[in-house]
Amino acid sequence: MSTQIPKQTENAEETASETETEAPSKGDERRAEKRRRADERRRQREAEEAERAAADENTVELRVFRYDPDVEGKQEPRFDTFHVPFTKGMTVLDALMYARDTYDSSLTFRHSCRQAVCGSDAMFVNGGQKLACKTQIDELEEPIRVEPLPHAEVTKDLVVDMEHFYDQMEAVEPYFQTNEYPDGELEEQRQTRENREKVKMSTRCIWCAACMSSCNIAAGDNEYLGPAAINKAYRFAMDEREGEDLKQKRLEIIEQEHGVWRCQTQFSCTEVCPKDIPLTEHIQELKREAVKNNLKFW
Amino acid sequence: MSQSYNRGLIEDFSRWREFEAGMWAWIFHKFTGWVLIGYLFTHIAVLSTAIPASGAETAVLQAGNDVYTQTIVSLEGLLLVRVLEVGLLAVAVFHMLNGARLLLVDLGVGLESQDKSFYASLVLTGAITVASVPTFIAGAF
Repeated sequence: MSTQIPKQTENAEETASETETEAPSKGDERRAEKRRRADERRRQREAEEAERAAADENTVELRVFRYDPDVEGKQEPRFDTFHVPFTKGMTVLDALMYARDTYDSSLTFRHSCRQAVCGSDAMFVNGGQKLACKTQIDELEEPIRVEPLPHAEVTKDLVVDMEHFYDQMEAVEPYFQTNEYPDGELEEQRQTRENREKVKMSTRCIWCAACMSSCNIAAGDNEYLGPAAINKAYRFAMDEREGEDLKQKRLEIIEQEHGVWRCQTQFSCTEVCPKDIPLTEHIQELKREAVKNNLKFW
Repeated sequence: MSQSYNRGLIEDFSRWREFEAGMWAWIFHKFTGWVLIGYLFTHIAVLSTAIPASGAETAVLQAGNDVYTQTIVSLEGLLLVRVLEVGLLAVAVFHMLNGARLLLVDLGVGLESQDKSFYASLVLTGAITVASVPTFIAGAF
């Protein structure tokens, strides 16, 4: 019987709310009033904070792109200005986090490790694709414009849809494959030091998509693999342990119509890469590999 | 990658103030390439006047009264044509020098100094263009 009791009261409440929709209860009124006052206090505090920050000499002005498709009134893209007190060594990500925690908790952006390893916080800062966590504030001109990555669909504020980028990365099969195994069952698959050096830079990719966003060609051609994916292909195609068969397979992927040949060597990707990967160099080398692979002197 | 909001041309071409050397090189190379293609057609049109001229008498040719010579002389008499020729030289020189730079890029030579080679080709283009001005403009005024 006892299990029935909450259900009954729930039903009673339901019928009650149905009959008295016009007249809210005293408790509801009180709660609404409380909420309203809390809101007011919060807004006042935020305004004071913002005023103080704006008056302070040592603050940085951040102009942050805002867009929220789910909230009416925020669907129109706009820029919000935040004044953030500057501290030595402050990065763009630090400033954004301060703005979010102090002024507007709805400010949305991705971040995780805060040390340029996870690759979640690539943004368009002052007209360039940068990792927010490794971009120093004092190296930037004020006001600092922070926008989501160009050439990607904006989900909310500074968050873009990365699905297309991940699809391109998957397309080059970004994992080690081989059919040449060492003799002993427990033997390691060793790589020469020289070969390791060759692929070293290409292994540094953190999948932040800054290069993809900077690439003019990728912007106009959705099928183009893009710098990051081609770099991934380079990393494995140049790995000698994968063997000849797999290298052939990898070259077939990258020499397709929308593979390496779309690259027009604008060097945008190489300029923006936060891990300093020589992307254009790798793409060019794969182009030469593809030519060598198909040239036959009878 | 579709766009849920519109940043206009800025979205398509990034921000030209922020362009790096490689991007400018690409834009200039495209532009000069199209200019050269356009020039090629006018060049063919002008040279084609030599076909009727080849049928002319030797005396007419020696006197310079044939249609080809007349066309060239009247064109060269126009100040606009003289100025455009300087521009054409600048465009062709830049396209050649940057073409050589792209060749090196394709061969994977000196990719880390690709920006310097772009600036070098710009400076060299400027120098050659300035040096050519007396030759092209002589007697135009």
